[in-house]
Amino acid sequence: MTTTTSPVQASPRTGKPVTLSSKKRRKGSVLLTVLTALMAAYSLFPLAWLLINSTKTQDGLFSSFGLWFDDGKFALFSNIADTFTYGDGIFLRWLGNTALYVLVGAGGATFLALLAGYGLAKFDFVGKKAVFAIVIGAVAVPPTALAVPTFLMFSKMGLTNTPWAVIIPSLISPFGLYLMWTFAAQAVPTEMLEAARVDGAGEFRTLFRISVPLLMPGIITTLLFTMVATMNNYFLPLIMLKNPDWYPLTVGLNSWNAQAATAGGEAVFNLVITGSLITVVLLLAAFLSLQRYWQSGLAAGSVKE
Amino acid sequence: MSRFIKVAAAASAAVLALAACGGGGDDSSSAGSSSGGATVTDAQVDAALQKGGTLTVWAWEPTLKDVVTKFQEKYPNVKVDLVNAGTGDKQYTALQNAIAAGKGVPDVGQIEYYALPQFAIGKALTNLNSYGAESLKADFNPGPWNSVNSSGGVYGLPMDSGPMALYYNKEVFDKYKIEVPKTWTEYLEAARKLHKADPKAYITNDTGDAGLTTSLIWQAGGKPYQVDGTNVTINFSDAGSQEFQKVWQTLISEKLLAPISSWSDQWFQGMGNGSIATVATGAWMPANFVTSAPAGKGKWRAAELPQWTAGANASAENGGSSLAIMDKGANKELAYGFLKYANDGDGVQIRVDGGAFPATSKTLADPKWLGDEFEYFGGQKANEIFAKSAQNVVTGWSYLPFQVYSNSVFNDTVGKAYVSNTTLADGLKAWQDQTTKYGNEQGFTVK
Repeated sequence: MTTTTSPVQASPRTGKPVTLSSKKRRKGSVLLTVLTALMAAYSLFPLAWLLINSTKTQDGLFSSFGLWFDDGKFALFSNIADTFTYGDGIFLRWLGNTALYVLVGAGGATFLALLAGYGLAKFDFVGKKAVFAIVIGAVAVPPTALAVPTFLMFSKMGLTNTPWAVIIPSLISPFGLYLMWTFAAQAVPTEMLEAARVDGAGEFRTLFRISVPLLMPGIITTLLFTMVATMNNYFLPLIMLKNPDWYPLTVGLNSWNAQAATAGGEAVFNLVITGSLITVVLLLAAFLSLQRYWQSGLAAGSVKE
Repeated sequence: MSRFIKVAAAASAAVLALAACGGGGDDSSSAGSSSGGATVTDAQVDAALQKGGTLTVWAWEPTLKDVVTKFQEKYPNVKVDLVNAGTGDKQYTALQNAIAAGKGVPDVGQIEYYALPQFAIGKALTNLNSYGAESLKADFNPGPWNSVNSSGGVYGLPMDSGPMALYYNKEVFDKYKIEVPKTWTEYLEAARKLHKADPKAYITNDTGDAGLTTSLIWQAGGKPYQVDGTNVTINFSDAGSQEFQKVWQTLISEKLLAPISSWSDQWFQGMGNGSIATVATGAWMPANFVTSAPAGKGKWRAAELPQWTAGANASAENGGSSLAIMDKGANKELAYGFLKYANDGDGVQIRVDGGAFPATSKTLADPKWLGDEFEYFGGQKANEIFAKSAQNVVTGWSYLPFQVYSNSVFNDTVGKAYVSNTTLADGLKAWQDQTTKYGNEQGFTVK
């Protein structure tokens, strides 16, 4: 469901005197432009399909060409209305659940990553190397592989089928921690912290008043990473939650998609498509509004000064 | 990326392995004495209903929602929590996970007939004989009733049934002047004629469907599965299985089957636009036609299933499910009260009104129900055909006590015959071998 827009690179300026070297370079960038355009088309294609088909009714989906609009019928608004009212408005509930999981899960994960990453970057203590090894190791383990053991553990603790079952595992983001760590190591000058300490600021005051503003790009980047991860989280809530009232959008939409596949089931593919569009639009909005920080954050740590 | 996929696959394999534990391991039978007399009386069940309490029901059947509403009106002290925990095998995985974990097990679960033996032999279900379920035998059709009888007990009450019929697009058949096939040989001829007349049209779709394969072998009189306690025989070389292979291999080899999976959006589309001309499936199908393939309205009809022997009238069941009481669930008297209400009492009519196909003999003989005219089928009284099919289901069929697993590997084995040079016979052999291996690992003696 993640969709990133990659802008097509502007074509190279023309009218320049044709020398050997610039000719060579122009050839290269034409190829590059074509490749980028292809990649852009490839990434935008599913989004275009989603957009076109969200304007069709359930009948229209089957009777019209998949890559163009259904003649004379524009059902986007009725689809949106139906999506929010179908099944006693359960979609709104799922939207709220996703918001809860993203806010508490991704927000909490970012906060914890900030505390731990900052601590590891700026303080010396025994066992730091071991922590480093564990964090790096944890980055390599995909969360999917841990889903089943986590399920069994949570089941023993009586936490399955509650929102905690989704939120607690989301709070842990080894990658976010690693990112904050490297970012904090470079963005916050140790001398500045020493100066703050000399002036009598406590450690927490130093962190929140001095370091956090410096760390903002890193925090936003971590927040975006964890937000996308939480929003796209499918397998964990799928095995943890059985009560549709606690489903996030991913699992909920899939349950709509699957409900036709049984005796007496009702096909609502138009609502699945419209619901997916709404989900993607929300993620896109988050991306675009935080994009500036995202870009500066991505480059962080790539150059050693 | 490939590494990630592998790990993900390993994780889902782990879920399946857990499922297996739930199915086979536990040997302690806490409830459900042997087939002896009732230990819980109807009066006790009634008392539980009046006293009330909370019931958690895992089911995906859409008409149950109305049943629950009416049930709660009748017994205001009972609160039923109806949860859709997934359709079919997804719910079974969730159920087996919950059983393995020992927590979060619902009181009542919807379980299809093919999966019931697996849960019954795994001691996951309550033997309803201790609640006097045996006395309800006459209320149900013999087919579904046999399906809930397993390992010497009654492990669920039949909710719906799926006596098979052949649904066909009359418009397409009329257009190309094709006779509705009476035998599977005629069906093959019709398939050739249709595909020749319109290369975009197919007699039916099939990409390998365990349910359809077993049902058609069932109709042909094949008995590939013999189950006697933990002694199991799997054999796809009997006459019935051979009959099926002959016709279906020809359909595959001559590319007469649309490469579309059942229940996909393309399937519904094909039924609407005439590119899929017939569907052989259970009597629960009409409701799906109406909601999922509205474009086919008025064009389709129901007919008796084609026969393997000309002039015969054999039929089989496809699909259908029961409601069962979980062994680890609480409040079993209350659960039994709900089962009786939903599947044998007032619930039956509520569900039939909602478009479900009943498993009760009373409804099947009801002249009003038989006279129902189906608008989708151009006013045809299709229930007459379904009721006849229900009476002609071939007896003696049984599913494996690990059918859920077996069906899950169908596409890896038999499915190959649909997309490569592997023959159906080789595919079935591979399916048999893999299922046998699994059965032996689970502690069965499989031959």
